[in-house]
Amino acid sequence: MERVPVLKIRDTLLVSIQVDMDDHTALALQDDLTERIVDTGAHGVIIDITALDIVDSFIGRMLSTIASVSRVLDAETVVVGMRPAVAITLVELGLSLPGVRTALNVERGMDLLARTAPARADAIFDEADDDHHDDSVGDGVLTS
Amino acid sequence: MGGPTVTGRADGADGTLPIVRDDDVVRVRQAVRAAAVAVKLSLVDQTKLVTAASELARNTLIYGGGGHVEIESVSNERRRGVRLVFIDEGPGIADLDLALTDGYTSGGGLGLGLSGARRLTDEFDIATTVGQGTRISVTKWAR
Repeated sequence: MERVPVLKIRDTLLVSIQVDMDDHTALALQDDLTERIVDTGAHGVIIDITALDIVDSFIGRMLSTIASVSRVLDAETVVVGMRPAVAITLVELGLSLPGVRTALNVERGMDLLARTAPARADAIFDEADDDHHDDSVGDGVLTS
Repeated sequence: MGGPTVTGRADGADGTLPIVRDDDVVRVRQAVRAAAVAVKLSLVDQTKLVTAASELARNTLIYGGGGHVEIESVSNERRRGVRLVFIDEGPGIADLDLALTDGYTSGGGLGLGLSGARRLTDEFDIATTVGQGTRISVTKWAR
């Protein structure tokens, strides 16, 4: 059985599915990712499906499950690179990928995760910043 | 589809494949893709047919207890297409209407296999006998 490699970049896990997965490979990926999220404390997961020429109900369910499980483990999942023909077929098949966020490519997926990250960072820094407010913020306006 | 349908053109992609193991489903997808390309289905139609094949092959494996698929290119006087016939000798389907309902599943799936495959193809025929097996035929025509 083939295994899909999971890469870690800062606090994001990146998976690029390059093989035509059978169902066991898909389930193994689901398990591997879950373990890696816990092991690394990653807050984001990007799944690149550029190379997938179909997404059937099994793969669709895998993507939804990964998104749900990762959310419970404090990580956001973004599926990127879906081909247009795959998107059309997916909708006609009746799959709506509940809970799965999508972006056009890896770069936009990273941007999407970065936009959700500040909320997380603010929650941490709010406490730390309490005793040293920067009053100059917002004052950088040129006056004449 | 207007006029007699000729089957079994020699395109090299025609043939019968077993569906008895997990990775057979992958092989079925690849063979169906080759057959769809050979009759010049559009990319979207190739994708729809391969996706339907994946759903039906998995059904044959999981619910039918294994079986096989016959892949054949077909043509009438106007156009060409691909016909897939999935055959198993499993338990059969007791309530066909229910099995064809979106979201109904007797296993652990999403219940989109049969209903989804029907939507993704142009022709869909199913014959099933409880205790004897199931035969599902789907056809996708080039536009």
